[in-house]
Amino acid sequence: MSIAINVSHLAYTYPGADSAPGVVVFEDLNLSVEEGSFVAVLGGNGCGKSTLAKHFNSILLPVGGTVHVFGLNTVDEENLINIRRMTGMVFQNPDNQIVANVVEEDVAFGPENLGVASPEIRRRVDSALKQVGMYEYREHAPHLLSGGQKQRVAIAGIIAMEPKCIVLDEPTAMLDPKGRREVMDTILRLNREKGITVILITHHMDEAAQAQRVVVLHKGKVAADGAPKQVFSQVELLHRIGLAAPETVELCYELNKLGADLPLDRLSPEECAQTLLEHMKV
Amino acid sequence: MLKDITLGQYFPGNSVIHRLDPRTKLLLLVVYIVALFMADGFISYGIMLVFLLSVIGISGVPGKAFLRGMKPLVFILVFTAILNLLMTPGETVLVHFWVITITLEGVVRAFFMLARILMLITCTFLLTYTTSPIALTDGLESLLSPLKFVKVPVHELAMMMCIALRFIPTLIEETDKIMSAQKARGADFETGKLMERVKALIPILVPLFISAFRRADDLATAMECRCYHGGEGRTKMKLLRYKRHDLLSFAAGAILLAAVIVLGQFSL
Repeated sequence: MSIAINVSHLAYTYPGADSAPGVVVFEDLNLSVEEGSFVAVLGGNGCGKSTLAKHFNSILLPVGGTVHVFGLNTVDEENLINIRRMTGMVFQNPDNQIVANVVEEDVAFGPENLGVASPEIRRRVDSALKQVGMYEYREHAPHLLSGGQKQRVAIAGIIAMEPKCIVLDEPTAMLDPKGRREVMDTILRLNREKGITVILITHHMDEAAQAQRVVVLHKGKVAADGAPKQVFSQVELLHRIGLAAPETVELCYELNKLGADLPLDRLSPEECAQTLLEHMKV
Repeated sequence: MLKDITLGQYFPGNSVIHRLDPRTKLLLLVVYIVALFMADGFISYGIMLVFLLSVIGISGVPGKAFLRGMKPLVFILVFTAILNLLMTPGETVLVHFWVITITLEGVVRAFFMLARILMLITCTFLLTYTTSPIALTDGLESLLSPLKFVKVPVHELAMMMCIALRFIPTLIEETDKIMSAQKARGADFETGKLMERVKALIPILVPLFISAFRRADDLATAMECRCYHGGEGRTKMKLLRYKRHDLLSFAAGAILLAAVIVLGQFSL
C-alpha cells in the first residue's frame, strides 16, 4: 500500500515575539500514514496535535525535516494547490469554516476555487451533500443548522474537492452526543466506502477506538503507535502522560488492581460486558 | 432581542420578478430611478406609479412589507414635503399668513417630491425583497467586473460582502451571549444616563471584537485549506445567464424611459 503522508525528522518552532525564544513543538518527529487507512491522533493539550495537522496541507511549513503528501513536498510553492486539493481539512468550530450563507453555495466554494466547470461543480455538490446526508438542507442558511449538521456541511465542502485524504482537527469537540455520532458515522463511511484516508485528531478515547491505528503524541514525540487494542492496553503509559484509556479498559484495569485477571483490550461496552460475564461464571 | 434585526429582508418566492437575473433587476432599478428623476408632470408620474404597482403585484410581496419599511423614514418625508411647500416661490398664492406663504406651485412641487421619494424607496425595497443577498452579490460582481481593468478589486469586494452577510447572524448571536454573560455578573445596560449606558457597552464590545478577530483568523485558514487563492481562475456553480424574461424586462424598462422622456418634452 502506498504512503499518503510521510513526516520525516520534522522540527517546528512557533516563532516568538521580537527576540523572545519561540515555542519548540517538534524536534524530530517521524510518522507515516498509509493510503486508505483511518488513523486517530491522541494527546493532551499542547502536545502538538493541531500543529502537526497544519503541516499536512502546507498551512505550516517545517523548520527542519520534511513532510511529503502523496509524494509532494509541502515546502514547494507550486505543489500548494495540489496538496490542499488532495488533503482537505476540517476544524473544530463549524461556524468559523463556513463561508457562504447558503449550504450548497458553501459546499461549492472549494471546487469553485479549483476552477472546476459549472455542471461538474453542481454534480459534486449534490453528491457531497448526499454523502453526508445533508442534501435536503441544500438551500438552508448555515446559521440555522445544528452543530452536527454544520460540521457535516463543512465535511461536504471538503469532499466536494474530491480529496484523497481528510484531516479532522477535533471535529466533535463542540458538538453534543447526537452531533458527535452523526459526524463519526460520516467519517467512518467515507473511509470504508470511498477509501478516503482519514486522520482524526481527537480528545475522545471512544472515537479513537474506532480507528485502525492510534498514534499518541506527547511533548512533540510519538509516545505510542499501533492498533487501538494494543495502544489502549498500555494503561499506565496513558496515565503517565495525562490521558485515560476508554472507560471499559479503565474498569478492567481497576478490577485487575483488586486481584482480577482481565484482558485490557476490550474497547466496546459489549465486548467488556461479555468478558466480565465469562469471568463471573468461572 | 437582537435576533429580530433582519437585513435586506428577502421574501422567498417564485414569481417572474424573483426569477429575473439579479443583473437585470439592478440595471432596471437604475433605469427606473433615472426615469423617476426625468418625470415631470402628472401623466409621467402616473405611468411610473402604475408600472411600479404592477411589478409589486407580479412579485407577490405583501404591501405591508413596504409600509413597514417606510416607518423609520416618515420624519424625512414630512420634512421634505414641508420644506418644499414653504420654500417654493410662485405666482398663485393660496395662503399668506405672517411669514408663511403657500403657493400653488409649492403644493404641486411638494406633492411630486413626496411621490418621487416614496417611489424611489419602494423600488429599492422591491429589489432587496425579491433578490437573495447572495444573488445580489453575484449580480453586483458581474456588473462591476469591467472595473477590474482599472484595478478595482471587484471580486474581493464581493467576497467581503458575502462573508459579512454570512457572519451577521453569527455575530448577533455572539453579542446576545456576551450580554447575558455580563448581565449574569451584574452589568446594567438599561438604566443610567446616556454616558453611563455608553460606558456599559465597552465590556460587550471588547470581547466581541476579540472573538471576531479570532473568527476571522480561523476563517482565513479554513478558506486557504479549501484552495482559495483570490478571484483568478475561479469558476462559479451558478452561472448568471440572461433569459427571455430578462430581455422582455429590458424592453419594458426602455419603453418606460422613452415614454417619460417624450412626455417630459411637453411637461406632462
